This record gives sequence, structure tokens and C-alpha cells, in this order.
Amino acid sequence: MRLFEYEAREVVKRAGIPVTDYGFTTDPAEAAQIAQRIGGPTVIKSQVLSGGRMKAGGVKFADTPEQAEAYAKDILALEIGGHTPRGVLVDPKAEVEQEYYAGVVWDGTRKQPVMIFSPVGGIDIEQVAEEQPEKVGRRHFSNILPLSDFQAKEVIASTGVTGSALNRLVPIVTRLAKLFVDNDMVLAEINPLGRLADGSFVALDAHMDMENEARGRHRKLLADLGVGEEETRQAREATPFELAGEEVDATDHRGVAGNVTEFDGNLGLVIGAGGGSLTLFDAVRAHGGDPANYCEIGGNPSVAKACGLAKLVLGKPGVDKIAVMMSIVSNTRVDIVARGVIKACVELGYDPAEKIAIFRIPGAWEEEGFKILEKYGVDYADRSVSLNEAARRAVEKIQGAPA
Amino acid sequence: MSILIDADTTFIVQGITGREAVNLTRECLDYGAGAKVVGGVTPGRLGRDVHGVPVFDTVAQAVEHHGSPIYGSVVTVPPAFTKDAVFEAIENGVQLIVIVTERIPRRDVAEMVELANLRGARIIGPNCLGIIVPDVIKMGGIGGPAKNASQAYTPGPIGVISRSGGMTTEMSSTLSAAGLGQSTAVSIGGDAIIGQTYAELMPLFEADEQTQGIVIYTEPGGRMEAELASWVTENNSRLPIVAFMAGRFMDEMPGMSFGHAGTIVEGKEDTAGEKIARLAQAGITVAERIEDIPQMIGEKIAQGSAR
Amino acid sequence: MRADGMFIAVEVDDQAAADTALARKLTEACPVDIYAQRDDGALQIVEQNLDECVLCRLCLDASPDGAVKVIKLYDDGAVL
Ligand SMILES: Nc1ncnc2c1ncn2[C@@H]1O[C@H](COP(=O)(O)OP(=O)(O)OP(=O)(O)O)[C@@H](O)[C@H]1O
Ligand code: SF4
Ligand SMILES: [Mg+2]
Repeated sequence: MRLFEYEAREVVKRAGIPVTDYGFTTDPAEAAQIAQRIGGPTVIKSQVLSGGRMKAGGVKFADTPEQAEAYAKDILALEIGGHTPRGVLVDPKAEVEQEYYAGVVWDGTRKQPVMIFSPVGGIDIEQVAEEQPEKVGRRHFSNILPLSDFQAKEVIASTGVTGSALNRLVPIVTRLAKLFVDNDMVLAEINPLGRLADGSFVALDAHMDMENEARGRHRKLLADLGVGEEETRQAREATPFELAGEEVDATDHRGVAGNVTEFDGNLGLVIGAGGGSLTLFDAVRAHGGDPANYCEIGGNPSVAKACGLAKLVLGKPGVDKIAVMMSIVSNTRVDIVARGVIKACVELGYDPAEKIAIFRIPGAWEEEGFKILEKYGVDYADRSVSLNEAARRAVEKIQGAPA
Repeated sequence: MSILIDADTTFIVQGITGREAVNLTRECLDYGAGAKVVGGVTPGRLGRDVHGVPVFDTVAQAVEHHGSPIYGSVVTVPPAFTKDAVFEAIENGVQLIVIVTERIPRRDVAEMVELANLRGARIIGPNCLGIIVPDVIKMGGIGGPAKNASQAYTPGPIGVISRSGGMTTEMSSTLSAAGLGQSTAVSIGGDAIIGQTYAELMPLFEADEQTQGIVIYTEPGGRMEAELASWVTENNSRLPIVAFMAGRFMDEMPGMSFGHAGTIVEGKEDTAGEKIARLAQAGITVAERIEDIPQMIGEKIAQGSAR
Repeated sequence: MRADGMFIAVEVDDQAAADTALARKLTEACPVDIYAQRDDGALQIVEQNLDECVLCRLCLDASPDGAVKVIKLYDDGAVL
């Protein structure tokens, strides 16, 4: 879950890394007041979960409080990358002598976090890595041995930085690494990290991404930052259809059914499991199908949940039929899903044989499942019909053969 | 032969009294020659039994009761307790740990893996269904009840490695139907950081005489496929490989996550398109459809050259 | 077609239904809460849970032979 800059900077500050004395606001008049308090030139920065704000006009330099107010007004109204800003940051303009980069990410291959440091900051680190690889230092550190300053010193020194800058940078990079670990981040980045005329350093932008699975152990921090439990911060906000899906999934604790993603096609999908859904979605599209949704059934959901999911998809405008398909199941039961989707049709007043274009779920309890499908005249397939072939049949039935 | 486990492998189930664990224990006892499940651990439940398997409070008690070292453990405890359970297993001499639990934060996984490396133990998962040696033994929920597992898995020359538990069975079933059995199938887990990647299992399959070819299931997210591509090139692997890539549609939707936690794309190299290119460069055939896999791997084996 | 209980029906003979000890056993045994106890302790069938039946036979094992019948409506009324 990505944090806004004003939240990320607060995390940085709490970790003991110097930041400027900024203020956050959603109101242009208050932006002027903050600029007044700061008393000098300021930088007005859009608080939006999208990179490249400067290029998009979301970062502006103001000389006076009046200018700060005017820029704040413009920036608050400016959409960047499809997102409306949450507010603006009014930041004292620092007299920066040089911009540096410091970051920590996971390396899934080494299975350790890696510190990344560069004396070339303010631009995308991937670009620096390509153009001046000798200016980018990397160093892994242990997950279980204590984190120590020398590790930060090594990575900084490896980029040619020495003198007092090196000594002043070491605690900052160490604290960033510690912050990354302590807060279960998957990315913690300060860019730029500015060196001022007096040789001190200050974080001028921070990018933090906390692992979703770990949110539960940082409730206090998230509450302090004002991050709501319901905020997912996905690439786009959840649609009403998706929220309704979450409700279906919350009906009981058995299995998963309902975590839908909305698409704008007419082919209703009741699919699973994790890998099966990815495979099926690709296959439907490869056959020219236009899905109305993505979803994943798994972990042996209740009949009620499977029913709720099927009803939700059947009720989506434009959807006439659903395709019920999964990779071979061993935990989820064929008969339970069959009961659920048939029940959905019947309760909505439809004929299951009409509404279910194809049912392809082989595996656990398939004999019982197939008996049920047989009884209601639903077209079903066993494991001898591939996922791809099932998807092809579904597309053909629902959208007609490709022209 | 097989990799990782065989008919003699002993293991325990940590969290054995949970609903899923009870089923999993039954399945393992019933499959093949019957797994040697020598104990279960649920703190506070000492003295109970699950399908005849004695339950202990600690792993140490299970080891003491068994009277000699226990080779493996299947861990099915809630995410908040998994790290401690795995540390407990490792510190009590367990060599092979299958972590079934989903939604464990990466930091915990990384800590477990690092301790395992220090102690010479191996972790499979998390978020996986385990390991199966067809007709011999299964360790974990892979393939489901013994009857269902026997329907999908048959003994033979193909090593299967998959980031999706369900797709391990789907692909093995397709191979079996075409007369190509499996030496060992491993569900390695769907998370961003896992105990054993494709490249880390390759040396075991490489050393296994029964294995003549490898079939893998892959997804967007992570560098695991790139790691495999370098491994086969650098080690001049004898084994031909066919890969299936699911989730190609995700390339058009940056920032959205689908499927397993590990599919989140965090860099340019993580996309399906980029991975397919890298695998192909290393001489790994990338199948468009699962039903094409048996013929592809069959032909590669018949040609007798890996790349 | 019935909108609820389309797939499974449960029949309990009158004598067994009045047996509070058996009612408690059934309530504990069924993993999907198809059996419950009324205030007076007698057995009650929870209609809206019937279709969740996982055919596990635990209720049959917990009761005297023939006292409880689990019926598969989709299988021409076959008895579990
Ligand atoms: N307080 C400040 N004082 C001086 N210069 C600043 C200050 N804040 C930002 N800048 C300058 O503005 C540039 C852009 O700011 P910033 O890094 O926050 O946005 P961005 O890089 O455009 O957006 P993003 O990081 O979201 O891609 C910085 O590289 C830095 O040169
Ligand atoms: S068979 Fe099992 S699920 Fe069905 S009613 Fe009996 S105890 Fe409940
Ligand atoms: Mg920046």
C-alpha cells in the first residue's frame, strides 16, 4: 500500500532522518498561511499517488504567500495520471547544493533487502543505473543479523562519496534501512536527498510502499497517519460492483468467492483458482472474448458464497450468461460450486441450463457435482476438456463464433 | 527416483488440529504407500490424536517421541504464528519445511529462509500445496484426497514446478493423460519471496536419473524466471524445459494485482512479455496452451538435446 | 422447484427429534449448522443451511440407525 508523500515524510521524520518543516493542506488559503509561517520561498507539491509530478505541473516554486495560494489552487484542481490530489504540501524551498538518492527494496532472488545509494539524485534511479552504473551502489543486508552502520558506509563509499558527506550520510541510510524493516515496507526511497550549503542533509521527497499483508501490525502508525482501514490505494478505486463482491466474500469465513475486478465486456466469469483464473482470463481473451469481470474462487467456499458471486455477475448490466470454470480442484468441491451457481440462477428466476454457458470444474466431488448439473441440464465438461477449450466454448456460446 | 521426499520420508504437521490440516493429514496418510506422519503439533493439545497421529505441544516432544530426527514438517498455522513455528521446526533439526499458510509478510518469509539457509534446511512455499511423488508419497494438500491425486498424477519422467498449486495438478493431469508421468511435482508457492525457486530446485532434478524433462507454470511478477533462464544457460542443463505463462493480460494493466501476492509487477523485467522473451532466449519453450505441453516436452526429450 | 433446500433435505423421526441428548449431539456434529436446538432442547432443522450439507455423514454416525435421513434431492431422492 503506497503512502502519500506527506505520510511518507512523516515516517522518515519519525525514523530520525531530517526533513524540512513542511505543512499539508487541502485549502489554498491555508497554503498561504503555511507559506507565511515558513517566511520565504516555498515549493507547492501535489499529494497524489502518481510519479512524475514535476513534469505534470504538480510541483511549483512560490516566492510569496499569495503565489503559494494561487499555485495551491491550481494544483488541487489538477488531475495527474487519472488521480485527483489528496491535498498539497507547502514545503520550505531548500538551497540545495547537490541531490542524492537513497532507497531500500526487496531482492526476491537473494531474499534479502538491498540498500541502493547514488550521489546522482532527483531523477529516476533506473535511469541513473543505465547511464552511469558506477554511480549506483547496492548492498544486501541480513534479515536476522543486526543491521550496522558499516553496511551503509560501504554502499555509500562504493559510489565514490567520501569526506564529511560520507559521515553525514551513513546514519541517514542506516535509519532508512531500519525504517524499511521495522515498518514492513516493500519500497522506501528518499529522492532527492538534498545536501545544503552547511553540509547537512534533508529529505525533499519520500516514496514508501507498505506491504498489504503487514498492515495489521502497523495499525498505530497508520492511524497516526490517518490512513483508513478501508483504503486500498489500488491503481484505481474499487467500483460499486467490486465493493458488492467484497460483501459477498465477507458473508462467511469459508473459502474465497467474490473478490471481483470489473471489466466492461459482456462475458460473465465465475472462475478460479488463482493460477486457473489467470489462465482462463488469458484464454477467453485469446478467443476474442470480452470479459465482464475477473474473479477467483478458492479455498472451498460455501454454497451461499458461490451463489452470491454468481448472482452478482449475472446481475451486472450487459451480462446475459456466465461461464463457470476452474482448474482441477482438490480443496474446493465441484458439487458445492455447482449447487451455488444453480441456486443463483433459480433464485433470480432463470433456467440454469440457459444462463450457464459452460461448467468446467473437474476434481474433488465431481461425481456428485456432475449429477447435479445433469439434473438441471447444464452443459458441463470434465478434465478431458482443457481450460483453453472450455474458454473457447464459452466465448462461442456467449458472443457467437468469431467473425 | 524422486526429489526432496521418498517413501521413507518422515514428517510432522504443525497446526494439525485445524480444519484444513485434519483433511490434509488424512490425504497424506491415504496416498500411495501412506506417508509416515509421525506427529502433529498444536500448543495446548498434547495427548490428542488426529487420524491416529499423536498430537504434541512442541516439536521437541514430537522428536523425542519419535526417537530419532524427523525429516520434514508441513506448517499450516495462521500467518502471525508461522515464523515462530518454522523457527521451532528448524531449531529442532527439521530439514524440509512445507509452508501452506498464505498472506505472510515478506519480512517474516525472508527471516525464515535465512535461518533455514544457515542451518542447511530447505523451505518450500509459503502459499503452496506441497510436494508429490506419484503413487509413492505426498507431503501437503497437493492433488487433494488420495483418490483425486491418483487420478491426476502418474509416475514418469517429467519434473513439474509451479507457482500455482491448482495448476500443478492441472498440468500434471494433462501430462498423465498424454502418457507422460511425473518424477516429482512441486508447488513452490505464489508469494513474492519463497523458499525454493525454479533455479534452486533445478540441481535436484538435474541429479535425478528418472527426470528427463521439466514443465513449469509461471506468472508475472518477480525475477524467478530470469533466474531460471540464467541458471540453465550457465549450467548447461541437460534437461529440456517447457514453460506455461499465465496472466499475460496483466501487462496491459500496470499497478493492478491479480492472482497470487507474488504477481505484483514491481519493475520492467517482471512483466509476462519480458519473461517470455528471457525464457525463450535460454532455449526454454513457452507454450500458449496447456494442451500443447505434452507434445512439446515429448519432442524435446526425443531430440535428446536440452536447448 | 423450491427456492431454498433445492439440493438437500433432512428427515428426522419424531422420537429422535424429541430426544434432547441426541439433538445436542447432532448440533455439535454437523459442520455446517443444519441442526440446532429449540429453547426446550428439542431438535430443530435450520432450513437455510440445508444446501450447505457437505455429505460428511457425521450426523448419521451420531444417531441411531435410520433415525436421521439425509436426502439428495438432485439424485432422485437418494438417501446418504
Ligand atoms: N523543498 C524543496 N526545496 C528545493 N527543491 C525541491 C524541494 N522539493 C522538491 N524540490 C525539487 O523538485 C524536484 C521534484 O520534486 P519531487 O521529487 O518531490 O517530485 P517528482 O520527482 O516530480 O515527483 P515523483 O517523485 O512523484 O515522481 C526535486 O527533484 C527537487 O529538485
Ligand atoms: S451429512 Fe454432514 S453436513 Fe450433512 S447434515 Fe449430516 S452432519 Fe451436516
Ligand atoms: Mg521525486
